[in-house]
Amino acid sequence: MNLDAKIPEGPLAEKWDNHKFRIKLVNPANRRKYRVIVVGSGLAGGSAAATLGELGYNVECFCYQDSPRRAHSIAAQGGINASKNYQNDGDSAYRLFYDTIKGGDYRSREANVYRLAQLSGNIIDQCVAQGVPFAREYGGLLANRSFGGAQVSRTFYARGQTGQQLLLGAYSALSRQIGLGQVKMHNRHEMLDLVLVDGHAKGIVTRNLVNGRIESWSADAVILATGGYSNVFFLSTNAAGCNVTAAFRAYKQGAGFANPCYTQIHPTCIPQAGDHQSKLTLMSESLRNDGRVWVPKKAEDCGKDPRKIAENERDYYLERKYPSFGNLAPRDISSRSAKEACDDGRGVGPGGRGVYLDFTDAISRLGRSTIEERYGNLFEMYERITGENAYERPMRIYPALHYTMGGLWVDYNLQSTIPGCFVLGEANYSDHGANRLGASALMQGLADGYFIIPYTIANYLAEAGAGAPSTEAREFKETESRVEEKLGLLLGINGKRSARSFHMELGKIVWEHCGMGRNAAGLQKALELIPDLKEEFWSNLKVTGKDEELNIELERAGRVADFLEFGELLVRDALDRDESCGGHFREEHQTEEGEAIRNDEKFTNVSVWEYQGEKAPPVKHKEELKFENVSLSVRSYK
Amino acid sequence: MKLKLKIWRQKSVEMEGSLVDYQLADVSPDSSFLEMLDLLNEQMISEGEEPVAFDHDCREGICGTCSLTINGIPHGPQKATTTCQLHMRHFRDGETIVIEPFRARPFPVISDLIVDRAAFDGIVQIGGFITARTGSAPDGNAIPISKGVADKSMDAAACIGCGACVAACKNASAMLFVGAKVAHLNLLPQGAAEKDRRVLSMVSQMDRAGFGNCTNFGECSAVCPKEIPLDVIAKMNRDYATASLKNIFSQVG
Amino acid sequence: MNPFRQLLQSSLGKKYLMALTGVVLAGFVLGHMAGNVQIFLPPEYINTYGHKLQSLPGVALWGIRGFLLLCLAVHVWLAFVLTIENRLARPLRYEAEDTVEATISSRAMPYTGLILLFFIIFHILHYTVRSVYDYSNLPYDLHGEVVHDIYAMMYLGFTHWWVSIFYIIAMSLLCMHLAHGVSSMFQTMGVRNDKWRPFLNKAALAYGWIVYLGFISIPIAVLLTEYGGLPILDKEHIEATQTLAKTLTLIHP
Repeated sequence: MNLDAKIPEGPLAEKWDNHKFRIKLVNPANRRKYRVIVVGSGLAGGSAAATLGELGYNVECFCYQDSPRRAHSIAAQGGINASKNYQNDGDSAYRLFYDTIKGGDYRSREANVYRLAQLSGNIIDQCVAQGVPFAREYGGLLANRSFGGAQVSRTFYARGQTGQQLLLGAYSALSRQIGLGQVKMHNRHEMLDLVLVDGHAKGIVTRNLVNGRIESWSADAVILATGGYSNVFFLSTNAAGCNVTAAFRAYKQGAGFANPCYTQIHPTCIPQAGDHQSKLTLMSESLRNDGRVWVPKKAEDCGKDPRKIAENERDYYLERKYPSFGNLAPRDISSRSAKEACDDGRGVGPGGRGVYLDFTDAISRLGRSTIEERYGNLFEMYERITGENAYERPMRIYPALHYTMGGLWVDYNLQSTIPGCFVLGEANYSDHGANRLGASALMQGLADGYFIIPYTIANYLAEAGAGAPSTEAREFKETESRVEEKLGLLLGINGKRSARSFHMELGKIVWEHCGMGRNAAGLQKALELIPDLKEEFWSNLKVTGKDEELNIELERAGRVADFLEFGELLVRDALDRDESCGGHFREEHQTEEGEAIRNDEKFTNVSVWEYQGEKAPPVKHKEELKFENVSLSVRSYK
Repeated sequence: MKLKLKIWRQKSVEMEGSLVDYQLADVSPDSSFLEMLDLLNEQMISEGEEPVAFDHDCREGICGTCSLTINGIPHGPQKATTTCQLHMRHFRDGETIVIEPFRARPFPVISDLIVDRAAFDGIVQIGGFITARTGSAPDGNAIPISKGVADKSMDAAACIGCGACVAACKNASAMLFVGAKVAHLNLLPQGAAEKDRRVLSMVSQMDRAGFGNCTNFGECSAVCPKEIPLDVIAKMNRDYATASLKNIFSQVG
Repeated sequence: MNPFRQLLQSSLGKKYLMALTGVVLAGFVLGHMAGNVQIFLPPEYINTYGHKLQSLPGVALWGIRGFLLLCLAVHVWLAFVLTIENRLARPLRYEAEDTVEATISSRAMPYTGLILLFFIIFHILHYTVRSVYDYSNLPYDLHGEVVHDIYAMMYLGFTHWWVSIFYIIAMSLLCMHLAHGVSSMFQTMGVRNDKWRPFLNKAALAYGWIVYLGFISIPIAVLLTEYGGLPILDKEHIEATQTLAKTLTLIHP
């Protein structure tokens, strides 16, 4: 497997400019001869499809939702980082780069991260021009807030709905191109396989979710922007439909899958209330700007009304353990600390799995109206779900699976190990290393889509030349029949259990053994449990209905089938990475205070897994990470 | 909780549908409305029946995918709440709940409770944007926008495009949706250049799609899960009038 | 498309015309009511007023009448078109239908409007064309000039209890129609916002009630005078009219 990252020569700050100049361009008049497939219409896919359309390429864009506006980017609440330094607090591209590298626990690629930091300001400009109603100060200029893992105020936001507003911006640009006929949008289509012609990605096979039709689409290049795989845990903050299928099928076709074990647990979610629950709801981390996290000092106080617990009986554990960052400690640290407190028997709420996030001080300092202005919609959301009023009693929060840093391996051009197959946004492994900082996901998705792929794809297209193959070609027909065969298999099992029940069980295994804390014994256990579950799935699954119609159970079964295989890969990677870094916490590797211990000698690299067929385990390849600008240090937020 | 459900079942867009009765026991009052339907579907699958198809995705009230008219009210009885965020604690034990799809001519039923809302996309595609090619933007702080204007624009931009406004309107009018989009963009200085063109084209696309006319019931805003104010409709009415006069007597920019 | 036609054929254009004709008609009823309550003054007032109107130059009189009738025709025609379009926008109605916000007066606009249309036809035939009863022979001596005795005609008209009841019912429907319509006009013309809406809604309701009370005070006063013998109206003139009417049984019950 060729893992040449194609990092441009030159000093860090000049790499991207040099690269842009050196790579090939496609002449404006020739762009209409090319067709590009974009799978996914979130921030990365939507912005890429819109921008490629603007440039004059013919774009075919696919999403499983009923409209591109529904992609799960929409649920991001807190904000988007940019090193504008509008606050005059010492921010710069280099500082954003440094924070991101450090936040990612030195497991990301310097050149990619620097480019991201460089482009961050352009994103804000672009979004403002599109009409994204970012928060403003009375003087009319853009407002900022600070966010976890940073000591400067660089986060731009639109109330608690930043992801929604940015997505609607991308969606409006995309809609314009659809209206102009430059982009053809295919809603309610699910990509079920990637088609390779002579080793290059030249198309996809989809299932029309309304009538079940299996169709082939050919193009000169394929862009996957299909999001992350948090739903392998069943309960996560992802949308119900989020899945790994597109990325996983590309992996099976030869794309390397990088660092699947890098998953992020978000510290501020609403705790689970019972077994009926289908998802966990995140509340923006920005809440930690004004809320103080605590648990009772004594386990016997956990059942008490929190308002009746005296100040000196409370353990503000983040402030105690990390005095300089306090409640704004990075996500992985905050999450693990919450787990520790609960493991210690000091958790609150149902099942003892929750900690308090208290706004009493902030309300008395700033007044209720300011808090309402900042977080009103989050407080309302909390009340709708729990029936409790957080202005009056502290919220209960608990970590939940939220984001996955791992993904398909890509080089500096965002191209996977399959030529012509590009991967953007959360679906790729690129910029966040082992842990993503708050307000960076939106930044990465949009940087990939608006400002990187339009340049780098041109280089590939110019080299490959125009000419999408016919969908009548043998490769398409073979892929179609493979897809149909698999659907037939799922429908033919005719067992007893629903796909959802398998999904739920898989989720419990992965959360238990490969969640916030991982160890070799547990991971090995999971590696036994998952194949057993997979076997039962293929012998005892019940899928109602037929293939040639809208069939929600068939959709789900296909996704769960992939999650079952993918779950194994995730656990395998977690077992293989015998160190603690960022979101990947191996209990064997921690200090006495419970801090992660990295093994830089052995693991300053990217683990890239190559599929070897049904029977053989995947093979691991390594991309060594070179740090020329920052020196690896122990991440400290004390 | 025990519930009696009357659910609209319809195989496909061509076939006729009808309400079918179901019984459901052991519903947790802490579960959401969709989790209640998940439970029903699991029960039906175990009995070999085809589950009820309904649209849903984020389940946190922001993507706008979920719909359902519950006892005659889109998104059910709780104010400012989408179906996915509606919790069963708002229903009585033993209650009968009628669940129907959003009904409007431009929203054909695809299957059971799933409707096709592509008509909304069509309206946005014709004018619901600010033409700002990637890369051509000035600095974000180049145009100051007063906080009040930004807030008002944000109020309108909060629309999730779920279609409850259409479903609730006795005339199946889409004025709140279109008004929200128009107000969001027309209020901002960045959107001023295309203001007239935008409102003219969006309104004519709305009419072509076959939505009904606004008769100022206010029902749309009352059921809107994001509480989009009726102001956006007045704003659109005003902008359309101005744009039409310009269109008749001089020229639209 | 021709921009003027585009405006007139759009849903918003139709609503603008609906609102503008509504302004004229709502203004007219208020003026009409104000003229009519002169019946509570000595007969000389209303008869002078009536005579002045009647003796306007033909062009002006028929110009005003024509304009009002045109407004009415446009208002009715558009109501008809809009209602049909609104029905078509939801071909399949909900099995369970509920309402959160919309007032009865707003939902009943097509029905109140339709009944009012019949009322207006009757009213014109009754008092303007005077073909329901023959009121041609009611002379009044206005400072030596013989004019039509409007005071007597109104009195006699309402002595038929069924006419009075019909008028009272129609006026209550008009009140409902105005309660929604007057505030709605502002919304449609884009000059209402959330700050002003509560006030305008109240003002519209007040407008409706003022018109209502003003109009119904007349048949009520007539009935109370005729059947209850209460001294509300000009006693002398009433008695004279009754005497005169005795010879004309057709117009007096």
